[in-house]
Amino acid sequence: MEVESPEHTRDFAEVDINNGAASGSEDEEEEVPAPGSVTLDRNESDLFVSALSPSSIGDIHPLQEVLTDDGDYFISIVVSDPQKIGDGMGSYLAYKVTTKTNIPKFKRSEFSTLRRFSDFLGIHDLLVGKYMRLGRIIPPAPSKNIIGSTKVKISPQQSEPGTPMTQEWVEIRRAALERFVHRTAQHPVLRVDLDFMNFLESDQELPRSVNTSALSGAGVIRLFNKVGETVNKITYKMDENDPWFDDKITEVESLDANLQKLHNAMKSLVTSRRELSLLTGLVAKSAAMLSTCEEHTGLSRALSNLADVEEKIELLRSEQANSDFFILAEFIKDYLGLFGAIKCIFHERVKAFQNWQYAQMQLSKRRENRGRFELANRADKLDQAQQEVDEWQGKVQRCQQQFDDISAEIKREMERFELTRVKDFKVNIIKYIEDQMAHQQQIVSYWEAFAPFAREIV
Amino acid sequence: MMDGTDDSNLLNSPSTNNGATMEIASPTNPLATPPATGGAPAPSGATNGSGSATSPDSSSSAPATPAVLGENALHVEISDALSEKEKVKFTVHTRTTLPGFSKKDNNVVRQHEEFVWLHDRIEENDDYAGYIIPPCPPRPDFDASREKLQRLGEGEGNMTKEEFKKMKSELEAEYLATFKKTVAMHEVFLRRLASHPVFRVDQHLKVFLEYDQDLCAKPRKKMAIFGGFVKSLGKTTDEILLSATVRDVNDFFENELQFLTEYHGHLREAALRTEKMTQRHKDVGDSHQKISNALTQLSTTEKGNVETFVAKTAEIFERIKNLETRVASDQDLKLGDTLRYYQRDSDAAKALLIRRLRCLAAYEAANRNLEKARSKNKDVHAPLEVQEAETAQAEACEKFESMSACGKEELIGFRNRRVAAFKKSLVELSELEIKHAKTQYEYLRQSLLALKEIA
Repeated sequence: MEVESPEHTRDFAEVDINNGAASGSEDEEEEVPAPGSVTLDRNESDLFVSALSPSSIGDIHPLQEVLTDDGDYFISIVVSDPQKIGDGMGSYLAYKVTTKTNIPKFKRSEFSTLRRFSDFLGIHDLLVGKYMRLGRIIPPAPSKNIIGSTKVKISPQQSEPGTPMTQEWVEIRRAALERFVHRTAQHPVLRVDLDFMNFLESDQELPRSVNTSALSGAGVIRLFNKVGETVNKITYKMDENDPWFDDKITEVESLDANLQKLHNAMKSLVTSRRELSLLTGLVAKSAAMLSTCEEHTGLSRALSNLADVEEKIELLRSEQANSDFFILAEFIKDYLGLFGAIKCIFHERVKAFQNWQYAQMQLSKRRENRGRFELANRADKLDQAQQEVDEWQGKVQRCQQQFDDISAEIKREMERFELTRVKDFKVNIIKYIEDQMAHQQQIVSYWEAFAPFAREIV
Repeated sequence: MMDGTDDSNLLNSPSTNNGATMEIASPTNPLATPPATGGAPAPSGATNGSGSATSPDSSSSAPATPAVLGENALHVEISDALSEKEKVKFTVHTRTTLPGFSKKDNNVVRQHEEFVWLHDRIEENDDYAGYIIPPCPPRPDFDASREKLQRLGEGEGNMTKEEFKKMKSELEAEYLATFKKTVAMHEVFLRRLASHPVFRVDQHLKVFLEYDQDLCAKPRKKMAIFGGFVKSLGKTTDEILLSATVRDVNDFFENELQFLTEYHGHLREAALRTEKMTQRHKDVGDSHQKISNALTQLSTTEKGNVETFVAKTAEIFERIKNLETRVASDQDLKLGDTLRYYQRDSDAAKALLIRRLRCLAAYEAANRNLEKARSKNKDVHAPLEVQEAETAQAEACEKFESMSACGKEELIGFRNRRVAAFKKSLVELSELEIKHAKTQYEYLRQSLLALKEIA
């Protein structure tokens, strides 16, 4: 666990990021695949490019240079200063996105830009469009919340969203956005995607992404889950000849289900702790009332100090609820989203398999045709039939290649994902326990300050 | 009042109810079996629950060894209690050298209703109008525990055997804690009576302690409860009327009444809020348990060192659960119970002031009667009517004066008792809070080392 500067404890998500950055070198070893696998990566990417997306040649090709480098890179991104821009329903929140990095692909080592929520969703959609078919796990973007954003929109203040409720909401979203870009930036391929770099670097406003409102984050996640469910059915139907995938799918399913339960338990902890904080505040008020009413001076003073202690504990409980929420609950929620993304790439693989099967079916049909023509000695048609056979043979090959590639990529991605997941989990649990320790220490100091007043009652 | 400190022991549940036999025996209760295996509650539950409910420092309340009793001593304790269906049976153990008692050492079995009976007899005795009547102990309330046990039975199917066992022993511990608290409340009531210079020689108390039959204190019927409601309604309107019409001649009492009315209100609110707070704190504990269960389940899908790590985390959460629950129950015990008790005691003190006001009203009426009689008979020499009025007035005056004197002393006693009790429980509360937080800190520190080793 790296040293944490105390002033950061206010902001868990931010601390999280810094933490990741601090342990940067260690990080990278895991993030960047070994050189051997990188060359493989390039070949297969090329294949994909030719097969699937000729348009993205420019995007994907150059990044290999970065990856073949020694991998001693770090990148840390902070999302801060949410500010309201514009007025009324047309207004929106913009966030300052500050990047620090030593990746040479970036023009400078430290820069910042202003981005609005839909820009984040936009970059997510772009990445999904580009990489999901290749079997890469794209970290899900935070969900859109119309009620929350409307509240912020209609809140009167210009720059600082006013009421505690909306403030809390803005903070939750800010933290979620920060985690999203952080996760994306930890991915060796995604972080040097031109669009992603442009998102971080460019001073220009990004073109308004059109789909984001219709395809709100929540909608996407829901879609993911739905797809995930169907994936299951389809994958079971498809004759799986790679037992690794069978095992992985079961494993992902059970992890997902268990994390879901864990998330629910954590949510209930957050709720009870928030309520406890509120009720402790009420007890503090009652103690204060009792103290003003109490005629015995010593007891009255002790009660008034009790009110102070309970007030401090009210704050402490709410800080505890924040740890519960940001370090545990939101963390698990992110992983539920990531499992959704994983199900999506599994589904992509099934689609690739189906394409391949379809091509094979077509090929055998064409071969049959050709055979028929051969038997009938129809030389005139034979040529065309032969052409078709060749054509489909090529298609079959490409599809098979695609399928093999996505299967291989998924395996690599899962390996990387597993490493990050385990490390994330450990880091977060340790951070949480350290937080709780600090809280217990505070409790001790509060009550130790109170104790003399109780003893002094005469 | 001189024994005020003794009364403040209310928070220390008597460690004497060793045999506190527990029977959870409602026919629908799926857990009705444990009593059959033995009267004593599940040992694990007992240690757990009592550990948190009666903190180890409660030794002071133990009446120690049956030391030689001094002259005119009256020692009362509840040595045993038995819970049966709707009733709780308390064994009241008396040791005394008071002359009126036929036996020096005696046991009787009493139910809650008989305590109520005793309280009512004392409260209605006009001779005691100048004293604060020790508040009646609250009705034993095990409904919440019972309901939970029942729900547990219904949910038996959807949990593992271990979870079920754990839940069961927890609920039993909770039940035991409530049970002990109930016993403690009843004992405090008797002890206060026994230590009071006037109440200790009360005939009803003697009967209560000696008579070996049921005191025909039938469980209150619906009508009686309704009647009680009307009575209390009448009492409150009476209060308002009295405080509005009768002008007090004595500032001390006027201030006291004002103070007590306000104080009682604040106490009630504080008690209610504290109860809600501790309740929610227990929920926080339960959430930790839920997380622990989910983590345990998660660990089964993990492999190697991650599995160990997650399992250890589950263990940590379970332990935090225990620690937080203990904090909650100690808060309830130290802060909540003190507030609740003094909410009742301040009400009793207020009742004394109301009785005094009523007495004052009677005294004023007697004065007016005397005036009337005098003016009517001013020409008659030594008229009988005036004489009668004079005696009545003198009697009312004497009664009021003695009541005022006695009441003043009682109120000062109440104050001393209250301050001492609050001091004791606030000191203990802060000590326990510090202790628990330190324990948790230390536990977390060690767990952190263990986790880092795994990671």
